[in-house]
Amino acid sequence: MTTRTGRRSVQGGIGESTIRPDGVPKLRGEFMYAQDMHVEGMLWGATTRSPHPHARIVSIDVGPALAIGGVHAVLTHDDIPGPGLFGLEHPDQPVLAGDVVRYWGEPVAIVAAEDEDTARRAAEAVVVEYEELEPLVDAEEADARDEVFRRMKIRRGDQEARGSVVVEGYYEVGMQDQAPLGTEAGLAVPDGNGGVDLYATSQFVHVDQQQVVEALGLRPEQVRAHPVGIGGAFGAREDVNLHIHLCLLALYTGRPVKMVYHRGESFTGHVHRHPARMWYRHEADENGRLVRVEAKILVDGGAYASTTAAVLANACYFAVGPYKCDSVAVDGVGARTNNPPCGAMRGFGAVQVCFAYESQMDRLASALGMDPLELRRRNALATGDRLATTGQVIDTPLPVVEVIDSLAAMPLLVDEPGSGGDLPGGSGLTTEPRHVRRGVGYALSIKNLGFSEGFDDYAQARVRLSPEGAIVETAAIEVGQGLVNVLAQIARTTLGVSRAEVRHVDTSRIDSAGSTSASRQTQLSGGATHEAARRLRQRILEHYRADDLDDEGVWRGDTLVAAWDDLVRDGWEETVTFRHPPTEPPDENGQGKMHADFAVAGHRAVVDVDPELGLVRVLRVDTAQDVGKALNPESIRGQIEGGILQGVGLAVMEELVLDRGRIRNATFTDYLLPTILDAPDVEAILIEQEGSWGPFGAKGVGEPPTISSTPAVVAAIRDATGKELNRVPVRPQDIALEEEVAR
Amino acid sequence: MIIGFRLNGQEVTARVDHPASLLDVLRDQLGAYGSKNACEQGECGSCSVLLDGELVCSCLVLAADAEGSEVTTVEGVAPEGELHPVQEAMNRVGAVQCGFCTPGFVVAAVDLFERNPHPTSREIKEALAGNICRCTGYGAIIRAFEELAGREVR
Repeated sequence: MTTRTGRRSVQGGIGESTIRPDGVPKLRGEFMYAQDMHVEGMLWGATTRSPHPHARIVSIDVGPALAIGGVHAVLTHDDIPGPGLFGLEHPDQPVLAGDVVRYWGEPVAIVAAEDEDTARRAAEAVVVEYEELEPLVDAEEADARDEVFRRMKIRRGDQEARGSVVVEGYYEVGMQDQAPLGTEAGLAVPDGNGGVDLYATSQFVHVDQQQVVEALGLRPEQVRAHPVGIGGAFGAREDVNLHIHLCLLALYTGRPVKMVYHRGESFTGHVHRHPARMWYRHEADENGRLVRVEAKILVDGGAYASTTAAVLANACYFAVGPYKCDSVAVDGVGARTNNPPCGAMRGFGAVQVCFAYESQMDRLASALGMDPLELRRRNALATGDRLATTGQVIDTPLPVVEVIDSLAAMPLLVDEPGSGGDLPGGSGLTTEPRHVRRGVGYALSIKNLGFSEGFDDYAQARVRLSPEGAIVETAAIEVGQGLVNVLAQIARTTLGVSRAEVRHVDTSRIDSAGSTSASRQTQLSGGATHEAARRLRQRILEHYRADDLDDEGVWRGDTLVAAWDDLVRDGWEETVTFRHPPTEPPDENGQGKMHADFAVAGHRAVVDVDPELGLVRVLRVDTAQDVGKALNPESIRGQIEGGILQGVGLAVMEELVLDRGRIRNATFTDYLLPTILDAPDVEAILIEQEGSWGPFGAKGVGEPPTISSTPAVVAAIRDATGKELNRVPVRPQDIALEEEVAR
Repeated sequence: MIIGFRLNGQEVTARVDHPASLLDVLRDQLGAYGSKNACEQGECGSCSVLLDGELVCSCLVLAADAEGSEVTTVEGVAPEGELHPVQEAMNRVGAVQCGFCTPGFVVAAVDLFERNPHPTSREIKEALAGNICRCTGYGAIIRAFEELAGREVR
């Protein structure tokens, strides 16, 4: 009989900053990304793309491409066996353009060849005759012509309410790119029976699988989508791009086909953050309380629907921010143009409006002669309040006041301008140190967690026991955020064992985990893991009439009644589908319970500005963030620092520049990304409050850092320069030149 | 043409039919997938390798120019089964997220610490300014190397 020495606490459970299991293979260069896959006999694929933003396809001649040695297939719209359409929300996008191309870079033909070089040459050799059409590239014109994906109308409260202090503003957000370092890549392997296995970059393999099935007219069991190693996502991996092409080529040729987008192609091959134009009017009483907010929000969805409807809805629902107001009117338009399609990017609609409403709050504070944080405190939304736009009663923790108080209490840790060589424009002689102006700015944000508007949002996870410990099986995608860490931590704490690991399985072996987006996987797949582990432990304890489970096995008092190996042999496992509290679609006035949960964050930015050259150095971005329960503090810090830098990027450098529908800067030379020298110091306070439905009360943490960091930086630049700055990214000419010249 | 060089201490040969980069040869012909291709133009540092001890972007090196050279990639910075102190430092503090930039940071940091075992924060940042990371915001990467440099970590 084994006698136990007393139960030890579980190592590697929740609340610890456990070291991620994929860290060592990634550090050694051994981790396999989609780009690194290789199978014997595989072909390489490449894509022929439209050089026009809008044109009629007169003819396609694949002959010259097929004539190249080593080319196995050149396929066009006519070769697609099924409906040939896809789309995350509405299948409106052709797998390959048929009669018309609607954006610059739209796929027109695909090829498979013996090697990558030959495939690319063949793709260029396809002769497409176009008749150019006038592209619609202005979102306001699209609105006027009723070329729209969705219109939103929100009306809440007394529409005649008026305040004594009024501020109006017009704001713009440029088109940001997710720019994950790993480009689109994948491999499709035919199974010899008319089906195919797809291994491709993704945030959501089950909808990839579904779109392949529907576009190619296959049966669901014929397509299996496998999670693979992925070099970042940030929203860019939610939509299908090369997935259907790969499956089509593999099924046509009977050979495995691999495809990897180069960086330039990646910029045209995935959706971007919606550029936005926003008109705002805030009215307050003399004490600074918001009396009425009116907004018109216009986002450019580009040529195809993607997630424009949901991004627009989010923008409208969060148009007022984390503030109380009982009289609201918001009108939103998601325009259809011939610009590149836009879709998901970290923050998903909440980013664009946050820049506008926080700019408005600062403007209002200025009009009232009030401290910007005090104005926000007076209007702070709290649990039990109604969201200003939708009227939804907030029934989970919403620590807006705590975020404000935490930010206000954080010491301003900055040295004199130029100390340590940290000047705008770098350490050289670019900036004259005595001309540098310092500014400080604040911003707050609110974001929904999980999918909204009545979407049946769920995640399935399976927990089983193996000789190596507990295994969490899931199709939830690890994009770098640390899901492989946190799901294992949840399983360890819940089961009471110290050995647990996550294994990814394909779409045929488990139901959907939903998308790795909307800050949702810790709550949704974490919730499924938590519940599966809880039930499994309970069933085992009940079966053995025992009172504890640990690494050794099942215990009744001090007696081991079943060893771990016995449990493994008996095949204990539990599969759970976890759903968040139900949501509903909006009524005709945009009212209802559309969201399952919310998170708030606040940022304080400190900048130095060279007003002559228009250069900005972001010295610090400090933050307080509502996390519910910090399951892995180091991972959260990583999300916060990374998210903040993407927000800084949108504030001062990141923009895809369009010229009549064409992207002019589709390279890493011309699309500026923040480097280590651009990274501000970050101090973060994690605010933990119990009450969310996530596992152990956890909330999603991925998006909030990106949302209010951008307006905080711009507020700091305004503080330093006195300029209005109604557009992000703020360009040097916006600061250094007179406004009419800058325009 | 056939080129030969030493890759992580082993003699290798590769056939180069067109103006391939060293990165192309490493990945596509030699199966050394550790070095990553993210921008093809020397902006992101994901393909960083040491060429005769010099830190280069392998996407900018003509493969033919590696003839007779010693090339060290991420796979070769530490003996089999071990981690270089640079890798250990990054692993300890959560400096790896998606990991696509990680091999480039490892190689660039190995180069830095060989030249300068106790770099200042500024020297760390200057040395790694050619490596783009889209996930971490660089905070954990800076903490990893400040700790390794024996300096006070923020």
